[in-house]
Amino acid sequence: MANIEFTLNGQPRTVDVPEEMPLLWVLRDIVGLTGTKFGCGMGLCGACTVHVDGAGARSCQTAAVNVAGRDVTTIEGLSDAGDHPVQQAWIALDVPQCGYCQSGQIMTAAVLVRNNADPSDADIDRAMRGNICRCGTYQAIREAVHRAAELSGSGGGPAPGSAA
Amino acid sequence: MSAIRHVHRRDFLKTGALGAGGLLLGFRMPGAAAAAAQAAGPAELNAFVHIGADDWVTLIIDKAEMGQGTVTSLSMLLAEELEADWTRVRTRFAPVDPAYGPNQGVFGSLSVRTSWNRLREAGATAAELLVRAGADRWGVAPSEVRAENGAIVHTRTGERFRFGELASEAARIPIPPNVAQKDPTQFKLLGTSPTKLDTPAKVTGRARYGIDVRLPGMLHAVVAQPPVFGGAVAGFDDAAARRTPGVRDVLEVTGGVAVVADNTWAAMEGRRALSIDWNDGPFASESSATIRDYFERLASEPGAEARREGDAEAAIAGASDSLDAVYEAAYQPHASMEPYNTVADVRDGACDVYVGTQVQTQSRNTAAETAGLAPEQVNLHSQTMGGGFGGKSRDGYVVHAVELSRALGRPVQVTWTREDDTRHDAFRPAAYVRMTGAVDAGGWPTAWGARIVCPSFAGLRNGIDRTAVEGIADIEYAIPNIHVRYAPPELPIPTWYWRSVGYSQNTFFAESFLDELAAAGGRDPVEVRRRLLAESPRMLNVVNAAAERAGWGEPLEEGRGRGIAAVNNIGSFTAIVAEASVQDGRIRVHRMTCAIDCGHIAHPGVIRQQIESGIVYGLSQMKGGLTIDDGGVVESNFHDFEVLRFDEMPRVETHIVESREMPGGVGEASTPPTAPAVGNAVFAATGKRIRKLPVRPEDLA
Repeated sequence: MANIEFTLNGQPRTVDVPEEMPLLWVLRDIVGLTGTKFGCGMGLCGACTVHVDGAGARSCQTAAVNVAGRDVTTIEGLSDAGDHPVQQAWIALDVPQCGYCQSGQIMTAAVLVRNNADPSDADIDRAMRGNICRCGTYQAIREAVHRAAELSGSGGGPAPGSAA
Repeated sequence: MSAIRHVHRRDFLKTGALGAGGLLLGFRMPGAAAAAAQAAGPAELNAFVHIGADDWVTLIIDKAEMGQGTVTSLSMLLAEELEADWTRVRTRFAPVDPAYGPNQGVFGSLSVRTSWNRLREAGATAAELLVRAGADRWGVAPSEVRAENGAIVHTRTGERFRFGELASEAARIPIPPNVAQKDPTQFKLLGTSPTKLDTPAKVTGRARYGIDVRLPGMLHAVVAQPPVFGGAVAGFDDAAARRTPGVRDVLEVTGGVAVVADNTWAAMEGRRALSIDWNDGPFASESSATIRDYFERLASEPGAEARREGDAEAAIAGASDSLDAVYEAAYQPHASMEPYNTVADVRDGACDVYVGTQVQTQSRNTAAETAGLAPEQVNLHSQTMGGGFGGKSRDGYVVHAVELSRALGRPVQVTWTREDDTRHDAFRPAAYVRMTGAVDAGGWPTAWGARIVCPSFAGLRNGIDRTAVEGIADIEYAIPNIHVRYAPPELPIPTWYWRSVGYSQNTFFAESFLDELAAAGGRDPVEVRRRLLAESPRMLNVVNAAAERAGWGEPLEEGRGRGIAAVNNIGSFTAIVAEASVQDGRIRVHRMTCAIDCGHIAHPGVIRQQIESGIVYGLSQMKGGLTIDDGGVVESNFHDFEVLRFDEMPRVETHIVESREMPGGVGEASTPPTAPAVGNAVFAATGKRIRKLPVRPEDLA
């Protein structure tokens, strides 16, 4: 067991957990933030995607010790009012079906949109390929990412990356 | 959702007419109980509509939500007739209660179909109560008063009361029988696509699924299950597991060994440290190859008659051209993104179960039986499901949580890992089908034969599982000689309903083989279907619509082909034209054009999403499936059980045919024609016939 200090959604946080405990379970079972989902436990599906120092990370493959001193953002902290451009686009296009994978989809898309102001379909396919959706929202997501990029460019929400 | 927590099991008073719809509406709390409840919260106008003094309308959803949009669609049915203000509507899942029928659940794409009249009647009846309460206040006849967008309006003066101002009075008025519903031409909400009610919660991480339930003092568990089907625990050494930090206990449960811990990860680590001696049983030497041999043997036995018309054998013997082909499909797990899980809290004489289930009543009853309680002593709290696809219509996954909570006296959450979910699901059965057929001198099909070998989905009746033969035996096509036979293999591999069930594979076999017959007769696949569907207007209509929208017959990019397939299931008619090519030894699907006639529609946006969703499910079974070796499932997670990924998503266009027929289902409409449409497109592009699911590179070589 070790005391691990990190920043979670903008707030300092200390957890007393085994060093190798995956961040996913620290978030879900220790901290109680359940928006980050368990899908495969092997980094294969993307449902557990969070941001670590602004970069997309599979929390099921990120040991707790490796976020010590770093900045972790989960879906709950992506924006204060649920109005990150990606979230706005997701609502505008009514993307979710069961919704279970969408936290991970949105966290992955947020990184893409921040790094690429005008992603092509091929850019989107490449960035999103690691996120599985069994309900088949891929087509809606493709459209929503384009919309999110437009919203980011037009100042339709918080500046891209401001919350990450 | 679940904004209101005070409603528990109640005594319902039956005052209304008994009938398919009236049954549910007639239930309301007795006067004294109603008065007490109103002091604490919203007025209960009937089992589906509660209205608060703050004007918020709470709609009670007695089905379950797994991504198919049920919460929104059912709310629209109620709100339309109620004339609710859609911006002041919230929902809550119903408890298991006789007020909602004897078998609450979502399966067979039935939610809108079974709710269309029932919930519109509930909404209209609640509106009528408010109208009468308003009329009483004004001292006028109810006919002078109408409901409109969250208010009751006196038509002549324009005076109005908000719903909340009249709700408690309305709740005391006897429920009137036979309240008129709107004519569909008057619909304001139905037929439009408002943002789904649960979308905002699903994009902010606020949506709570079963796996997210957290109760005070709750422990987390995972269960080791036998690696071989039919196997059992012979003994185990838990010393190392118990030394794992965070592990609280190790217990044998039905069909496995559970590790209980302070958190999910500790439980998983503890399970890794377990040493279990399994009694594998006789299935340990079986594999996909031995199972296939067994199926092949059964295919030459007489089997049970599923359908017989004319004389298919004679027609084939005397035909100018006949065909004989073997088709196969692999076992499939449901692979919902949210793996199976349950939280149970068993106490003296009571049990709370928190679970995402497609079969609420049945899950409640199974929990009761496991806990040694009466069904009425169990409160089932329906949770939003992270996918279901039929898998969560089996209730076995509630058992371990109840057993563990009962043994430990604390709430326990059991979580299946992806490996558990892939290997210990109840699967869409594998199938081996020998198709035979013939065409006449004009090139038109004259005979249709099939020997279906497929483990029963959920049981036999008179030697037949109608589910296992649907899609082949019940074809709409007017072929004069039909002979379909069925033989059920008996294996210890658990099987269950899987999105579109028998059609999920049989429509692939049937529509691919029909394409083979068309090719043998030198006929265009659409032309053949048009001729054979001359007496099936709704089916013919979607075939024509899909072909037209897809540009059937128009030139294509080099290397691409088009294929068509159609199905009549779940009360709907669906056709898909696929455009595909083969690149680097893999199928590439470029475009899917779907036409559906599903009768009256609630929410066109949800229908489009369900069509896309069903297509993705169908494409996934072309990409990945399960193999059996050493008596168990070889695949374990998404690296070896492959599902469709983002960059493989074709462009999907959905055309909803205008229809005034009763609503059909949509959740399972587009899965069946997906694989055959793509397979037929691959044939058109390459001349290579796809006869096996999933499709392996060697099948394309």
